[in-house]
Amino acid sequence: MNVLEDAHRATAPDHARHPTAAIGHRLRQPLSAAAWPAGVAAAALLLPLFTSAYWIQVLTAAAVFSVAALGLSVLYGRVGLISLGQIAMLAVGGWTAERLGQTGTLPFWLVLLATGVVTGLIGIVIGLPALRLSGLYLALITLMLAAAVTIVLTNINFPNGGPGFLGYDPVKSGTVPLARPAIAAGDTAYFRYTVVVCALMFLLAIAHTRGRPGRAWAAIRQSEHAAVAAGINVTLYKLWAFALACFMTGVAGALLAASAGGLTVYQFPPQESITLLAALLMAGMYHFAGAVVAGLMLKAMPALLDTWGVSGNILLIVFGVGLVQTLVTSPQGIAGQLSRDLARLSARLRVRRTTS
Amino acid sequence: MIEIKELTVRFGGVTPIQAMDLTLPGGACGLIGPNGAGKTTFFNVLSGFVTPATGRVRAFGDDLLALPGHRRARWGLRRTFQTEQAIEQLSVYDNVAMVHEHTGGHRRDRHRDVLTALDFVGLSVSPTAPVGALGAGERRLVELARAVVGRPRVVLLDEPAAGLPDEETGRIGAVIRRIPAELDAMTVLVDHDMSLVSACCDVTAVLDFGRLVAAGPTQEVLRDEHVVRAYLGTEEIASEESR
Repeated sequence: MNVLEDAHRATAPDHARHPTAAIGHRLRQPLSAAAWPAGVAAAALLLPLFTSAYWIQVLTAAAVFSVAALGLSVLYGRVGLISLGQIAMLAVGGWTAERLGQTGTLPFWLVLLATGVVTGLIGIVIGLPALRLSGLYLALITLMLAAAVTIVLTNINFPNGGPGFLGYDPVKSGTVPLARPAIAAGDTAYFRYTVVVCALMFLLAIAHTRGRPGRAWAAIRQSEHAAVAAGINVTLYKLWAFALACFMTGVAGALLAASAGGLTVYQFPPQESITLLAALLMAGMYHFAGAVVAGLMLKAMPALLDTWGVSGNILLIVFGVGLVQTLVTSPQGIAGQLSRDLARLSARLRVRRTTS
Repeated sequence: MIEIKELTVRFGGVTPIQAMDLTLPGGACGLIGPNGAGKTTFFNVLSGFVTPATGRVRAFGDDLLALPGHRRARWGLRRTFQTEQAIEQLSVYDNVAMVHEHTGGHRRDRHRDVLTALDFVGLSVSPTAPVGALGAGERRLVELARAVVGRPRVVLLDEPAAGLPDEETGRIGAVIRRIPAELDAMTVLVDHDMSLVSACCDVTAVLDFGRLVAAGPTQEVLRDEHVVRAYLGTEEIASEESR
């Protein structure tokens, strides 16, 4: 991963060298960072006009997985903590939401919020080993935790309206999805609901990284000693990152619980977290837009291959080759490349406008 | 004023600092010694990265070792690192603001205090510039600005000009000299550059293999024959220093 980090650090815009960039003391960037999730969400809201019911479901799942990727992007891209438990956390969120929804008393938004709080608290527990471990060891620990979640869920199953704490009735077969909110009962409406909630998660992450926690995380990522010397409580901010990542992923899991015909443990294989990491590295670990691309890669690309009659398994090979290509030629990933190209384009257009 | 009593640090069989008794009176103090003398380890004890086997450290009457590392920054302890640690992902402004917000600085003073600190170190680049785009000397100044923002009481500088050309070293030296007088913070400077130490520091302590060899007014210490033998070594450097 060092290749990746070094290359990431080496890139910096040329304009930084010129003090004239400070004209007007624009110390805080404009809200442009919040503009793109809003733009993507707006585009997604219009999408149902052009697509089929099948693609609506696929894109709902892609939105959910982009939030799981977002959690990983915060942890690894911002704080330098690796977690291979994101998909398991999605499953825990799904379970919690179905169980909370089964009580039938909570409004949908409150189920989402409560699920996020539960997974956020679990995230703090998962974060505890991260205080001592990093790199490969942390990856291993989180992957094993994910495997443990799978084993537990295989045994207790997702709630299907049964009695007791687990809410599972072995006599009743089949799955029971979380009841959707009244305003989003249909697939298309629910897709829009999901996109809006996911966009809120992206805004939450952006607000964090642009504020006090983001600065602390950047310091921790580079050097814990430098962070401590700057007065940063490293323990607090590492746990905060895990809590935030797991909160967002839990909310996404809750959204998934209501998206299709209920959840099964087979939807959340532990190794999927490794695929998520690979997809996110390709899509762009250091740009939150990369998480959107990663969600599409994970959910929309298999569906696309499916419609073309190609086996989805070929994606694993494509991802493998793509990852090598990314690490060698473009460590910023697709999102990084895209934002650089867009910046160049706008600079070129500006020059043309001033000269003409 | 920092009082160190009976300070011993052990890493397994190695004792980088052995029974050190030292009083740093305030103002600007130098700390010199050959490689492996325990200078950086001493800083790491003060910063809380290394827990000493025995000993006490009192800074302005407070027991520094009783505080966790990040609390020491809030207390007023600041430092720079031998390999400069300006945070590359952040802008110049955010690098300095980060220290301000985590050491008890008020939000309403932040803008002013950060720009004052940047001004104090004489950094001429844009505050919005990402640190990753700066040169080595500018990054050293960003780190120095982090060490002086807010209300520092003790500023530890670990070879703040390492690897810089003479001209930039001179600029950093000029900034260091102003810290005790203008910010009312005592400064401890570790460096191999004798001209920088003698230009900046009123008093100097010399460490060798974890032991305190000499301490006193800088010019006297640099002439001390133990110091010349233990540290400066060759005749050439010794005669250069006495010139």
